[in-house]
Amino acid sequence: MDYFAQQLINGVVLGSIYGLIAIGYTMVYGIVGMINFAHGDIFMIGGFIALITFLILVSMGLSAVPLILLVMLIVSMAVTAVYGWVVERIAYRPLRQSFRLAPLLSAIGMSFVLMNFSQVSQGAQVKPIPPLITGGYTLHDSGNFAVQLSNVQIMVVVTTIVLLTIFSYIVSRTRFGRDMRACEQDQTMAALLGVNVDRTISMTFVIGASLAAVAGMMYLLYYGLVDFFMGFVAGIKAFTAAVLGGIGSLPGAMLGGLAIGLIETFWSAYFSIEYKDVAAFSILIVVLIFMPTGLLGRPEVEKV
Amino acid sequence: MSASSATPLLAIRGLRAAYGNVEVLKNVDVDVAPGEIVALIGANGAGKSTLMMTIFGRPRARAGQILFDGYDISALPTHEVARLHIAQSPEGRRIFPRMSVAENLHMGADAADGNTSESDRSADLDRVLALFPRLKERMTQRGGTLSGGEQQMLAIGRALMSRPRLLMLDEPSLGLAPLITRQIFDVIRRLNREDGLTVLMVEQNANHALRLAHRGYVMVNGRITLSGTGEELLERPEVRAAYLEGGRR
Repeated sequence: MDYFAQQLINGVVLGSIYGLIAIGYTMVYGIVGMINFAHGDIFMIGGFIALITFLILVSMGLSAVPLILLVMLIVSMAVTAVYGWVVERIAYRPLRQSFRLAPLLSAIGMSFVLMNFSQVSQGAQVKPIPPLITGGYTLHDSGNFAVQLSNVQIMVVVTTIVLLTIFSYIVSRTRFGRDMRACEQDQTMAALLGVNVDRTISMTFVIGASLAAVAGMMYLLYYGLVDFFMGFVAGIKAFTAAVLGGIGSLPGAMLGGLAIGLIETFWSAYFSIEYKDVAAFSILIVVLIFMPTGLLGRPEVEKV
Repeated sequence: MSASSATPLLAIRGLRAAYGNVEVLKNVDVDVAPGEIVALIGANGAGKSTLMMTIFGRPRARAGQILFDGYDISALPTHEVARLHIAQSPEGRRIFPRMSVAENLHMGADAADGNTSESDRSADLDRVLALFPRLKERMTQRGGTLSGGEQQMLAIGRALMSRPRLLMLDEPSLGLAPLITRQIFDVIRRLNREDGLTVLMVEQNANHALRLAHRGYVMVNGRITLSGTGEELLERPEVRAAYLEGGRR
């Protein structure tokens, strides 16, 4: 039971990170109908920016950890948002009127560009960061096994919850959120009602990228390292999460993220760690066979 | 013909538009004076809806001018045309299916772009709901779940929320029961008489449209072939033929 509880905690933390990335996939899919394959690499960029910010702050002699974390978060979100904006602007927007596969190919190309750019500019080796958030709580100790909840885990989950609350408020209550949903449902009609569709799409990429940046920073703090290749695997997992939850659905992305995180963690804990990805993808396939639109996806026929 | 001699609110001059290589509008001239209801009639595929959409730049005009208040708006981006208080209830109504009725109406108010305050907005909402009481009962329901008639009311209501100076209606009667059609036409007549609302409407139901309109244009294959007052056009044999052709579907 203690072992189970521990895995549950680990799974939720991992799932939060996947969920934050998955939201970017699902938002972009919802509004422009394409899979932004470069999104995983945007997540990786977010991790790097956070690390670079950390190194700059430390070299400036700053030592207050909460302040360092806050600045890391803000800088990483802002700079990564610019990356997201630029990627949409140069790689996707010119191809929007083109055939459907064109932006997809462009996205794959963009993914390699970002990956190789990081590899060349930052080096190929894994970049570590010293543990910034230490300590934690022992929730239960049965003698031979202790259930631990580390402060870093608490921070990952709390940050995710706070951001999701802000984010869902924006989507459901603000004018920008309404414009975004309008563009998602009918771009022509949105434009007829005075919505600047191009700007709304840009902002969607900006928000998706900044959430991915948060995920990148959480990953950096949780695992203590980043490397240029981390966006690939995490990106595929988060994309899977988005599809599992029902692509286009925001709660679905979070739910899918949690599901993938939990499946992976439990499989590694109880069966074999080598096959954790096989397990995650097998479950994806099974779910899609029985629920083709994912867990919370809507059937396409609703489109009037 | 007295209305057409006033300075037009909308003046379309030598307008051409195409989808790819297919020219849909071939040198179209249309005038709409302030306070007028103008009907555009013609068979399916004549280019009526294309004309409505070309005013919003979708597709863009290839030649000619679209003068609104004397300014050529043919090069403006679609969303900037909307900010001029030109509102359209488009072909197929295009209700946002996964937004509530209330949110659909708010989208209309947003088109006016911030120059309406919160109190103006709720006054506008009250007015629209008074015109279409059916919508009042449906405020929290999703747009996609409404009946065809309710969707049409919502599409017009949404357009009205932007305080239009020119209201454009594309086939408001399409697929609706005669009773609902009459209700909708009554509302349009009332808005025109009481508030002086200017209306440009496309209709296949030429009989209804020409009875409601002050003036009308007949469009055939992307060209205006006839124009005149509603009564005049109703008398013309070509119109009667076109009306029968278009009305019997």
